[in-house]
Amino acid sequence: MTFELSGLASYGVFLLTMAAIYAVVSLALNVQWGMTGLFNIGIAGFYAIGAYTSAIVTSPPSTEHLGGYGMPFVVGLLAAMVMSGLIAIFVGLITINLRSDYLAIASIGIAEIVRLIFKNEDWIGNGVRGIAGIQRPISDNPLVYLAVVVVVLVLVYLTIERARKSPWGRVLRAIRENELGAQAAGKNVFRFRLEAFVMGSVLMGLGGGLYAHFIGFVSPESFEPIFGTFLAWVMLIAGGSGSNKGAVLGAFVIWFVWSGTELLTNLLPATMTTQASSLRLLLIGVLLQVILLRRPEGILPEERPHVGASPVSSTEIEDEAAE
Amino acid sequence: MDFTDLLQLVVYGMVLGSILTLGAIGVSLLFGILRFSNFAHGDIMTFGAYTAFVVISVFHGPVWLALPVGMIGGALISIIADQLVYRHLRRTQPVILLISSFGMALIIRSIIQLIWGTQDKSLVKGIQMPMHFGDIAVRPDHIWIFGGCVGIVIAVHLFLTYTRMGKAMRAMSDNMDLARVTGIDAEKVIICTWALGGALAAAAGVFLALDTRLTPMMGWSALLPIFAAAILGGFGKPYGAIVGGMVIGIVSELSTAVMPPAYKPAIAFTVMVIMLIVKPNGLLGARR
Repeated sequence: MTFELSGLASYGVFLLTMAAIYAVVSLALNVQWGMTGLFNIGIAGFYAIGAYTSAIVTSPPSTEHLGGYGMPFVVGLLAAMVMSGLIAIFVGLITINLRSDYLAIASIGIAEIVRLIFKNEDWIGNGVRGIAGIQRPISDNPLVYLAVVVVVLVLVYLTIERARKSPWGRVLRAIRENELGAQAAGKNVFRFRLEAFVMGSVLMGLGGGLYAHFIGFVSPESFEPIFGTFLAWVMLIAGGSGSNKGAVLGAFVIWFVWSGTELLTNLLPATMTTQASSLRLLLIGVLLQVILLRRPEGILPEERPHVGASPVSSTEIEDEAAE
Repeated sequence: MDFTDLLQLVVYGMVLGSILTLGAIGVSLLFGILRFSNFAHGDIMTFGAYTAFVVISVFHGPVWLALPVGMIGGALISIIADQLVYRHLRRTQPVILLISSFGMALIIRSIIQLIWGTQDKSLVKGIQMPMHFGDIAVRPDHIWIFGGCVGIVIAVHLFLTYTRMGKAMRAMSDNMDLARVTGIDAEKVIICTWALGGALAAAAGVFLALDTRLTPMMGWSALLPIFAAAILGGFGKPYGAIVGGMVIGIVSELSTAVMPPAYKPAIAFTVMVIMLIVKPNGLLGARR
């Protein structure tokens, strides 16, 4: 099927697809940070693992990198999720009970090691040259792929929203608000935190897989901290951490703002093009500070249960204990 | 790989270790008083190094002058960041400060790229002839770096032990409420801590740029080993940072004997993870 989109429409489809992929990552971060209070700034690492795994599993045989299994798209995404999940279990077992500072540092370490491995081990992903020619499912038409991504996003959203309202989700929030309280109520804090960490990382891997099939190319340079990690954080905080609707909305708003800054820097004289990307980063960094200072709860704040004056959701813990 | 080669790597490790020590002391001091890990520390290092670079490239000043100017640059940008942003977030959870500092790291880095571009630069031009001590080769730079770091660490020790402000910092780090009760001006101490931490970071940045090259990413890449050093020594304990920095520096360099040098950051990370499993409070016990 040949289907030509006009320039503007195809740019719009590109924007929406990327925003929807980021929305998956933003939802994933919401499970870890928004719901459980786990501080992960190694998102780019899990994203890269997902992207590479799906690329390797689905690509045609090649002498330049691992893979050549030629599996279908869905198998690629599942493999991406499984791989991210396995690595998250390993990392989580070691770091999950550490204070948030330590978890944050450990997560940077993981992302950095993942990047170093993909960069230096040519046999896995063709080193700095990366893997090209990753196929889209069904057809090459970007509209079809947008539909696929949106379906995945809706599925992820419904799953996480369901999880958030379930007893499991309430325990996570109880741990976030008052870890000792949750422990006193007989909850295995370690297990719940690990589950949330792994669930989030699995979805980050899924996001990475979706990205690889959309762009058709992965390389270690696609996963500088800014691309995965920082934008996802700004998205979640802008949208409203703890709220799934906020996570999705934040992803779309911030991705449009981020893309808008590109239009803005395009107005700069040609001599300043090298500085343009730095200027965009600067703007988005300042935007984060403004949000943190002016509206830390985000556009759509988390709905909190009303339990008197106490911010600690102690009734929830009791609910859990009763079950 | 014989004994001499190993000894040579230990020499490199001590140079790297002394640079990491300066960074880790700053991180530790800030953590002790503000209770948050400053993720912009690496980029403050870079900023200090570039400030020093201006002295050398624009004003053709000597390195010994560029170092203190760079340190002032690092101190100033830390205080500005604190006054503009962090000050207003102090009443929230420390983890919000952490996110904010992550954003600050990017802001500082993009400012650096806007002013100086993304190209690598070298702080001092020309090739240096190494000096030989037996079979061990040492570049004159390395002696300056190591000596400079030792001097700065001693100065910090004297400052923390004998001056009013230094004592106030240690008091705040031990017990914030008790320190306030005794009439210590907390805001003043916090600003001084930022100045000291920023200056130390900048010094580490200048030395790192002397040892390698000046790039906008150099500080961010050094962040992981610096945190590893701070954790190894016990977070919030400036003196532990010395031990931590040296261990991470020497182990990283020794690892190049058996692994590709590209994996140095991974080695620092592995040492840190092992430490977190075996003795989570660090060699000298961390602040809670």
